Amino acid sequence: MGVSASAGDGRLTPAPTPGPSGRDAHPLARFVARRVAQGVATLLVASVCVFIGTSVLPGSPATALLGRDANAKAVAEIDHRLGYDKPIVGRYLSWLEGALHGDLGNSSIDIAQGATKAPVWPIIRSPLADTATLAVITIILLIPLSLLMGLVAGLTAGRWPDHLLSTLTLVFISMPEFVVGSLLIAVFFVAFNLLPPVSLVAPGVFPLLHPNVLVLPVLTLLGISLAWTVRLIRVGVIEVVKTDYVRLARLHGISERRVLRRYVLRNALAPSIQIFALSIQYLFGGVIVTETVFSYPGLGRQLVNAVTSHDNTEVQAIALILATIYILINVVADLLVIVLVPKLRTTS
Amino acid sequence: MSRPGGPLLSVRDLTVVLTSGQPVIQDVCLSLDPGQTLGVVGESGSGKTTTALALLGYARPGMRITSGELEISGERVALTDEKAARGVRGRLVSHVPQDPSTNLNPALRVAGAIGDVVHEHRPRVGVDSAVFDILERVHLPATRAFARRFPHQLSGGQKQRVLIACALVCEPPLIVLDEPTTGLDVVTQARILEEVERLHRDRDIAMIYVSHDIAVISQVADYVAVMYGGFVVEQGATDQVLSRPRHPYTRGLVASVPDHTAPRRLRGIAGVAIGLEDRPPGCPFAPRCGQSVDRCSVELPRLEHVDGRSVRCFEAGRTPPIARGDAVARHPTDGGDALLSVEHLTAVHRVGRQTVVATDDVSFRVHNGSCVALVGESGSGKTTIARAIAGLHRPTAGRILLAGAALAPRAQKRPLEHRRRCQIIFQDPYESLNPRVRIINEVARPARVLRGLSKKEAASEAARLLERVRMPADLAAVFPGELSGGERQRVAIARALAAGPDLLVCDEITSALDVSVQAAVIELLDELRASLSLSLLFITHNLGVVASIADYVLILDQGRVCEQGAVDRVFSDPQSPRTAELLAAAPVLRAVL
Amino acid sequence: MSALRFAGTGRGRVGLVILGFVLAVALLGPFFAPHDPAALVGAPGSSPSGASPLGTDGLGRDVLSRVLWGGRSVLWLSLSATALAFVVGTLIGAVAGYSRSLLDPLLMRLVDVVLSFPPILFILIIATGVGESELILVIEVAIVLAPGLARIVYSATREISVRGYTEAAVARGERTSAILAREILPNILGPLIANLGLTVTFSVLLIAAVNFLGVGLQPPAANWALMISENRDILSINAWATVVPAGLIGLLTIGVNLVGDAISHTLGVAGRQAPTLTPGAAELTPAAELVR
Repeated sequence: MGVSASAGDGRLTPAPTPGPSGRDAHPLARFVARRVAQGVATLLVASVCVFIGTSVLPGSPATALLGRDANAKAVAEIDHRLGYDKPIVGRYLSWLEGALHGDLGNSSIDIAQGATKAPVWPIIRSPLADTATLAVITIILLIPLSLLMGLVAGLTAGRWPDHLLSTLTLVFISMPEFVVGSLLIAVFFVAFNLLPPVSLVAPGVFPLLHPNVLVLPVLTLLGISLAWTVRLIRVGVIEVVKTDYVRLARLHGISERRVLRRYVLRNALAPSIQIFALSIQYLFGGVIVTETVFSYPGLGRQLVNAVTSHDNTEVQAIALILATIYILINVVADLLVIVLVPKLRTTS
Repeated sequence: MSRPGGPLLSVRDLTVVLTSGQPVIQDVCLSLDPGQTLGVVGESGSGKTTTALALLGYARPGMRITSGELEISGERVALTDEKAARGVRGRLVSHVPQDPSTNLNPALRVAGAIGDVVHEHRPRVGVDSAVFDILERVHLPATRAFARRFPHQLSGGQKQRVLIACALVCEPPLIVLDEPTTGLDVVTQARILEEVERLHRDRDIAMIYVSHDIAVISQVADYVAVMYGGFVVEQGATDQVLSRPRHPYTRGLVASVPDHTAPRRLRGIAGVAIGLEDRPPGCPFAPRCGQSVDRCSVELPRLEHVDGRSVRCFEAGRTPPIARGDAVARHPTDGGDALLSVEHLTAVHRVGRQTVVATDDVSFRVHNGSCVALVGESGSGKTTIARAIAGLHRPTAGRILLAGAALAPRAQKRPLEHRRRCQIIFQDPYESLNPRVRIINEVARPARVLRGLSKKEAASEAARLLERVRMPADLAAVFPGELSGGERQRVAIARALAAGPDLLVCDEITSALDVSVQAAVIELLDELRASLSLSLLFITHNLGVVASIADYVLILDQGRVCEQGAVDRVFSDPQSPRTAELLAAAPVLRAVL
Repeated sequence: MSALRFAGTGRGRVGLVILGFVLAVALLGPFFAPHDPAALVGAPGSSPSGASPLGTDGLGRDVLSRVLWGGRSVLWLSLSATALAFVVGTLIGAVAGYSRSLLDPLLMRLVDVVLSFPPILFILIIATGVGESELILVIEVAIVLAPGLARIVYSATREISVRGYTEAAVARGERTSAILAREILPNILGPLIANLGLTVTFSVLLIAAVNFLGVGLQPPAANWALMISENRDILSINAWATVVPAGLIGLLTIGVNLVGDAISHTLGVAGRQAPTLTPGAAELTPAAELVR
């Protein structure tokens, strides 16, 4: 409730207060800049968390290698080789600097074992590509399928197609990936021997050359992410169908087809960008477990191995990459929305 | 009522029920000639919006049209058949909805929204030319730039004109308007009303105008149908019905309409409006009726011709003329000490990085026992002043004195006495009471916190106050969810009184209430003011209410005082153009007495 | 809000039955286990027999006994994590939502940062650094769940703090603690309870996933998720060792979800949130705050 210029037609926009010129001139550019800055800030904080989480807290590669009752001197020696006796802030900054230049450090375990240089990046390059393949295939299938099913569910709300879809999706979102994966293996391998139970792909080999091994992991990821997205899209559709403007369009006698196309779909699909961003984010968590279930040589499984062997640097590197992708998706989604939905640009 | 050749439109036996079978509206019959306006008047729960929608063959989710036939321009349509009704929509009957902010597709530009209607009903007409043509007719800029705007780039008034344009562009013989000026400020409202009347005259379009505002109906409609409890209870020529009503409800309703040109004390209607589930057999108004007999509670009256109009009442012949309240006695507004003194009050709002001045250098006094009204549209700063007095908004300049002592800006920093003596009541009855606390405890709370009463003492004080505000004793232990809007406001008043205040700040407390409920609450306040020697600071945008209760008035616009003075003087001889504008725009009940 | 209305929902009834069954197995199972879950009772990977109705696992332990013992840890870990998340999340959300001071943006930025991490990643990182113990696992999961709840409590609190009854209390000069306790908390219970089912489900899913990966548990602990991981190699020999615990975990989460869903419908409360909203998303599209 600010000052309203009630001249004319009951205008309700607040009178702009004089400020530096150009402030209100490009709200879009300002928002983009702000959002990107926000993303960078979040990423920095995330990198700090990753670093602290893996390096500073007790539990170093030394004790992992040598065991808990190791000789203190031996432990100290390994720590020195890993650079753990240097001050924290310095270590963080040099790590960050290295990361920005593409140098993600050396594998802690290898260094601890005596190597002078064992860069992490080559180790994770191939798994990264494999995971990307898995993710991309899933996403390509996810988007059209979820739109279709979400629309059907939303438009037939309360009738049997909706009940069926709602129940199925409820079941799928309730189950962990490893349960779905294991059950799929049980069905397709044990029972019917149609597909391999593990998805071993030699490093460096392009996974698509062996489509068989991709089917079950993709199905697992797809099953759960599809369930989430369909539910969210369905709700969006239902909300739009209930609006006053859809009702008015019908009261004006506009044909159902036109109402569906120009009034329902256009507005129901707007939030779907955010919904897909959410599901892609989900995939990055789901991929970790799914790859383990199927022994698929992706980044997720690499991460798990690094964690169990306490290779701090490798964990740091992978975590940083995953966190970056996570945050990047957020930022891109928000920017896409602001570009595609003009209304949001002129918030008062 | 009908010209030779029969009426343009007639609706017979329109009935809508819930899916559970409960009737929402029953046996509604309306008829209209070309170029005439029929006003449908009713308060919440009367079924008027359901009727407006049913005329287009539309029933809201959870409802069904079980009977009703529409005859318009020679065509007959069974309203129970949705497919058939669809053929009528937009072409023969169109609809102007209530809320402009939710009825426009946010993804379509103005040209697109209007164009869709043209495309549907006049496919051979060039869409562009039709769009510009109608934009001009509703006094909107007929430019390409304007037609390319999205709804969020339009003001409230502009949106409503676009909606009217959509309804008119295919030139249907009948338009149904459902409270089309909701949410607009009073000046815009007046302009839209003028627009509607002009369009109606120019093209001889018949209109059905649904509203709760009797004053507007009296200006706009040739004929009126009054609805209560899902039935039409009285129907006839507007002048006749409103000047000499034959149904007790209509009579009570007219008496409760505030009028700033003829200030009278307001009188409400006894009892509470019934909800859908509690409709009794027999006449829906019987439980509240002062002239009901036994027959009224068991048998439903039929519409009969009495005194030139149709009435649904067995005892219509006995209905006395309207009992208007007495003239309002004004308190003196100068001399003596002021209870509240506001001096050069200035306050701002911070929205993000912008600072907006809400109140600018406002000064006034409230004397003991008097009522001062703050009047203005939304954005005039009146609510900010009220909140600053209550300690909810920190002013940036100026001071507020209660009985000579300066009030601290924040309520929490004020001494007990200050907090006790000044109490505030808010606008929205549905948010003013804690839903998880029984009303007796809610009312008792200020007595405990501000007067130090024990639990028992506070409880009995609360019971006494609830009785004072005419709440039935058996409702003392309920939760607010079971009460109507008017009942909740009364509880809010009781809660304020529990602190034993000297000053009541009423922030638009009746703006969200039906007209007869508003009258009852004002009646109550007036009586409490006299018996408890309270002073009132009454914030409102309704000039009629001001005339009914206030002694002194301030007219606010964009944070500044345009004019202030005794109510009678300001209303009869306004000095500021803004005041004159508001007085001219306020709807007046036009009735031949 | 009656129990009858809840039980009347088809989903509610089915959910209760499923949940009841799983809880019975998990809680009462140990009393019926024929063998010690760590004892070797037969040849590894043998098929179901009289002594071992579900066969033996990769080491020769009785699958049935391990199944009957294996539910407890999943349950207690997820329930404690949920409870902790609720307390912490509500506190943060209410304080941030009610105070108009710097505390508000500070706390909510913190919430945003935590939400910008994939949950499992977060847990794995901490596991690398801090080590693995059940207590730490509970705290980690609570940290992951709390922000979502904090968001919900935050928006509910902000909405309620501008309602008439809250402002009336402020105008009376009541203390902040009194206002939080009397006006705010009782009225945010609705959205909180509506999210109970969803939160417990997440908790179970997360804990199970982490257990599956071998974190937070020491062998020879019997734990459904761990069993799935352990026995994948012998899937073709004795599928029961994997399928039964997988099925039980699945039923647990489905049951919790059905019950939670039915509770929300009974309360008629909208505003149940999707998991982890991107910080930008929360500002821009309220459509993401959805009714299920």
